[in-house]
Amino acid sequence: MSTNITLALVCGLLVGVGIYLLMARGIVRAFLGVLLMSNGINLLFLLASGNAGRPPLIRGADTGQDGMTDPLPQALVLTAIVITLALTGFVLALAYRAAEAEQTDAITDDTEDARVARAGEADAESEVDVLADPTSDDEPADGDVGAETGPGAGATR
Amino acid sequence: MILLVALHVVAACGAPVALRRLGRRAFWLLAIAPAVATGWALANAPIRGSAAPVERYEWAPSIGLSLTFRTDSLAWLLLLVIGAIGVLVLGYCAAYFEDDEPGLGRFGACLTAFAGAMIGLVTADDMLLLYVFWEITTVLSYLLIGHSSRSRASRAAATQALVVTTFGGLAMLGGIVIVGQRAGTYRLSELTVPAAQDADGVLVTAVVLLLVGAISKSALVPFHYWLPGAMAAPTPVSAYLHAAAMVKAGIYLVARLAPAYAQLPAWRTVCLVLGGTTMLLGAYRALRQHDLKLLLAFGTVSQLGFLVVLVGTGTEQAALAGVTMLLAHALFKGCLFLTVGAIDHATGTRDLRVLSGLRHRSPGLAAAGLLGAASMAGLPPLLGFVGKEAVYTTYLATEADWAPYVLVVLVAGSALTVAYSGRFVWGAFRDRADAEPSPFHAAGPVLVGIPLLLAVAGLIAGPISPLFEPALTEYARLLPDGGGEVHLGVWHGFGAPLLLSAATLLVGAGLVAARRPINRAQTAIGHRTAPYGADEAYRGGMRRLDHGSVRITGTLQRGSLPLSMALILLTTLGTTGYALWVAKPVPATVRPYDDLAQVWVALATGVAAVLAAMARRRMRAVLLVGATGYGCALLFLLFGAPDLALTQVLAESVSLLVFVLVLRRLPSRFDDDDRGRRLLRLALGLGGGALVTALALVVPTWRTRPPASTGLAESALDFGGGRNIVNVILVDTRAWDTMGELSVVIAAATGIASLIFIDDTRLAPTREALARVRARRGGSDAPPQGAGVPREGAGAASEGAESSPADAPSQRPLWLREADAMHPVRRSLLLEVVVRLIFHVALLWSVFLLFTGHNSPGGGFAAGIVAGLALALRYLAGGREELRSALPVPPGLLLGTGLFLSAGNGLASMIVGGQVLQTWILHATLPAIGEIHVVTSLFFDIGVYLVVVGLVLDILRSLGSGIEDQGGLSLDVPVPTGPAEGETR
Repeated sequence: MSTNITLALVCGLLVGVGIYLLMARGIVRAFLGVLLMSNGINLLFLLASGNAGRPPLIRGADTGQDGMTDPLPQALVLTAIVITLALTGFVLALAYRAAEAEQTDAITDDTEDARVARAGEADAESEVDVLADPTSDDEPADGDVGAETGPGAGATR
Repeated sequence: MILLVALHVVAACGAPVALRRLGRRAFWLLAIAPAVATGWALANAPIRGSAAPVERYEWAPSIGLSLTFRTDSLAWLLLLVIGAIGVLVLGYCAAYFEDDEPGLGRFGACLTAFAGAMIGLVTADDMLLLYVFWEITTVLSYLLIGHSSRSRASRAAATQALVVTTFGGLAMLGGIVIVGQRAGTYRLSELTVPAAQDADGVLVTAVVLLLVGAISKSALVPFHYWLPGAMAAPTPVSAYLHAAAMVKAGIYLVARLAPAYAQLPAWRTVCLVLGGTTMLLGAYRALRQHDLKLLLAFGTVSQLGFLVVLVGTGTEQAALAGVTMLLAHALFKGCLFLTVGAIDHATGTRDLRVLSGLRHRSPGLAAAGLLGAASMAGLPPLLGFVGKEAVYTTYLATEADWAPYVLVVLVAGSALTVAYSGRFVWGAFRDRADAEPSPFHAAGPVLVGIPLLLAVAGLIAGPISPLFEPALTEYARLLPDGGGEVHLGVWHGFGAPLLLSAATLLVGAGLVAARRPINRAQTAIGHRTAPYGADEAYRGGMRRLDHGSVRITGTLQRGSLPLSMALILLTTLGTTGYALWVAKPVPATVRPYDDLAQVWVALATGVAAVLAAMARRRMRAVLLVGATGYGCALLFLLFGAPDLALTQVLAESVSLLVFVLVLRRLPSRFDDDDRGRRLLRLALGLGGGALVTALALVVPTWRTRPPASTGLAESALDFGGGRNIVNVILVDTRAWDTMGELSVVIAAATGIASLIFIDDTRLAPTREALARVRARRGGSDAPPQGAGVPREGAGAASEGAESSPADAPSQRPLWLREADAMHPVRRSLLLEVVVRLIFHVALLWSVFLLFTGHNSPGGGFAAGIVAGLALALRYLAGGREELRSALPVPPGLLLGTGLFLSAGNGLASMIVGGQVLQTWILHATLPAIGEIHVVTSLFFDIGVYLVVVGLVLDILRSLGSGIEDQGGLSLDVPVPTGPAEGETR
């Protein structure tokens, strides 16, 4: 088995350009990147399955597979193509919805994530201690473990 | 035995209902389950080693997992303890709780289920099964400790117990897998044969991991701190889980594995050192508690350490002493916890600095507490004394250099035990001169009777211990002789053991007498060492974990999508790149191309891709990306994959259509990044591209095994009944996979519709329009002279209501039925004629592809897309009304029917006795046509077809007419700026 240089180059090119587009901020542009990448990866599947050959169709009673391309990756890629189609519809519906709301399909930074990041820094400074020490002698009656639990305690409150 | 477990499960399921209907009395009903278990244990009473009852049911044979239960004498003893104390604790609950206690149903269910899980744990003969029960007890313990779920301390204590024991459980699972894989069996009865396995590093690691599980469950140092925390649980739970049953699971595991592994040096070191340390530390801490329950909790920690020393020593004598102490501990600690529960219930406090005068108010309770504490301290003639005598005898006789040290630790620990036993009795039942007697309301016969029952059992068991000694020896005999002779009994004559017992009691009494100075010293030391305790380490660790995770999340997730994607890409590229760099592979052989045409197509595809990246206008970029898609289709064809090429071309066309539909509503140009960002993207793109190229160059020559599809051609013809192998794979060989994919497609279609229509009010017009079209079709399809037919009347009425232009059959448009609904400016006669001419041809072609797909390129996917494209043409030429008229069904109907056909095909195949989704080939002879073969997977493919048509219809309805309806941007009205330039900004 040998490697087809032409196909290898196309794979790399499609994935490379796909990554370039994927990193863009607009939904549509990023998704075009996904489409390019998926085309490249689909090719990689075929390329990895072996040499080019005759289609995986059985002629007559001859069930030999010599010179035939590998059918398994083709079945996988076929499903991938249809999934990509479904995904296209979904992502474009998203883009439409985003454009309705924001007048653009560009993705702005998520303020909620930024808030979490700030909260993490603030949290590190404050010491919130959830577990009260049940063995400390200082607190009267070691009440922190006992007070809420016994029904007798409940009755006296 | 599996029936015993099942009985508990049934009882647990019924518990919430029973407790709601009957109130707390229902606990007595729940107690039936452990009572049956106790009865079963007693009925099987003398268990002889060879005649242990075994049950076996296969569960997952491929990983060696079976439901195997075996009750040997050790399991029998624990079964008895769990069953009997379970009955008493559940009965105690019936008096302890009020009827209106919140969460009582859940509590009862958990407690009963816990008893069942413990029974499963001790009788399981399969280590994986044991692990399953082990973790079930952990989870139930979490729920029971956190019973007062509104209390923060209670929740925190529950979480702490869960984290610690789960950590140990995971370590244990690692150990189980190593041991099981090495030995080739997970059966405990086969593994625990002495010296069955060679000792090496791997085995020692596994055994240490198993011990980590045991010591975390049994709250040994350094995991001891969770047990006192777990005292947040209601007292019956503490008595059952944290004294009699769950913490004994660790002891049980050590005892169970000791025959196999006790001779390993690591085993003995871990058990003796940690056990001894725990015994001393727990007893020392118990001495300074003011809360009676915490005092008992630390006492339990101490006793658990004691027990691990005994059962971990690995000699026959120590094992006998160990199981005796285990029994004694279950009796006296259960009794003491329940006594504290009754005190708490009656006085509302457990603080020994407050309690006063209890012995006069409730002599029964005082007697129970006194007897329990006496057994704990080892006073004759109680069972605790018998056990301790056996312990001293054992270690006095053991001929090993470590035995004297262990003996010293045990005597010291026992003296401390005497001291805290004294502190318990003194604290709970003394009369205080300076205080009024504690307020007291009668605890009731159950709350006093049950602890008393346990106390008396401990009292009787001492003198009669020679009677049940044979049952315990049965287990102990699995271990090697350690020297000396040990028998259970109250009186063995004067000798060294008795002397040691006396010394222990004396020292203990001295410690009780000197309690004030000891207390002061302890308080001073406690303050100084508190920050270095295991408890503090745990809390600090959890705090750091919390903060660390928030920090990492905050650092990595800045809320920027490109950054997140760059991280994912860099990780992928980094790992792949590293693998390539390490392996430094060189492709074995290369060829420039298979066919010169490949080079031209590749060139065109590449140019289109690069231009697409550079394009500023959306439409241009979309068309160029589409061109690369068509280019790939050609490459597929040249490679020898016609099915792929066909599907790719068709899918690419639908894809382009979808883009055109949506781009109507988007700005015509892309927003642009600044230059620096563009360069970054470029760098990442170049790196990724280079890496994938390198990968693509070497991957084809890396294959070491024959392809999975070898021989598939033959089976495709014989079993799949098809000549197109790719299609046979899709509808038969990997049909499950295709079903999963159909589900994804349906989910995506549903998602598209939800994104566009959002709620029912927006979908309603579409639905009504569809109903109108159906009504109209029903009307006009009827013969014109059939005026009396009600269907036509209904149709005409609805048409009148909406005053459609197409109401009179005489005005029916020539080419497309509903095209008149479009604005005249947007209509194209040419398009209408062409669509009219090719629509049916396209549909016919799609049916052809569907039916021949099994033998030549085609199949449900391609056929479905062709039909979808035909529908799309109707929409483009005639507008939304035309689309509704072309296929007047909601897309959901198609999607649902499609999935139903595919799944139903699998079900039907199962019903007639084949495997799921197996293909059947039916032969029939029809008149005039001759013999035909019907392959059942055709129905599967029809399902695929319908799903794909449904997807395209959903896209057209949502992204086509749905957007028109909402945006007022319609093909029906003239738009001055053109579709790609929509009035968006």
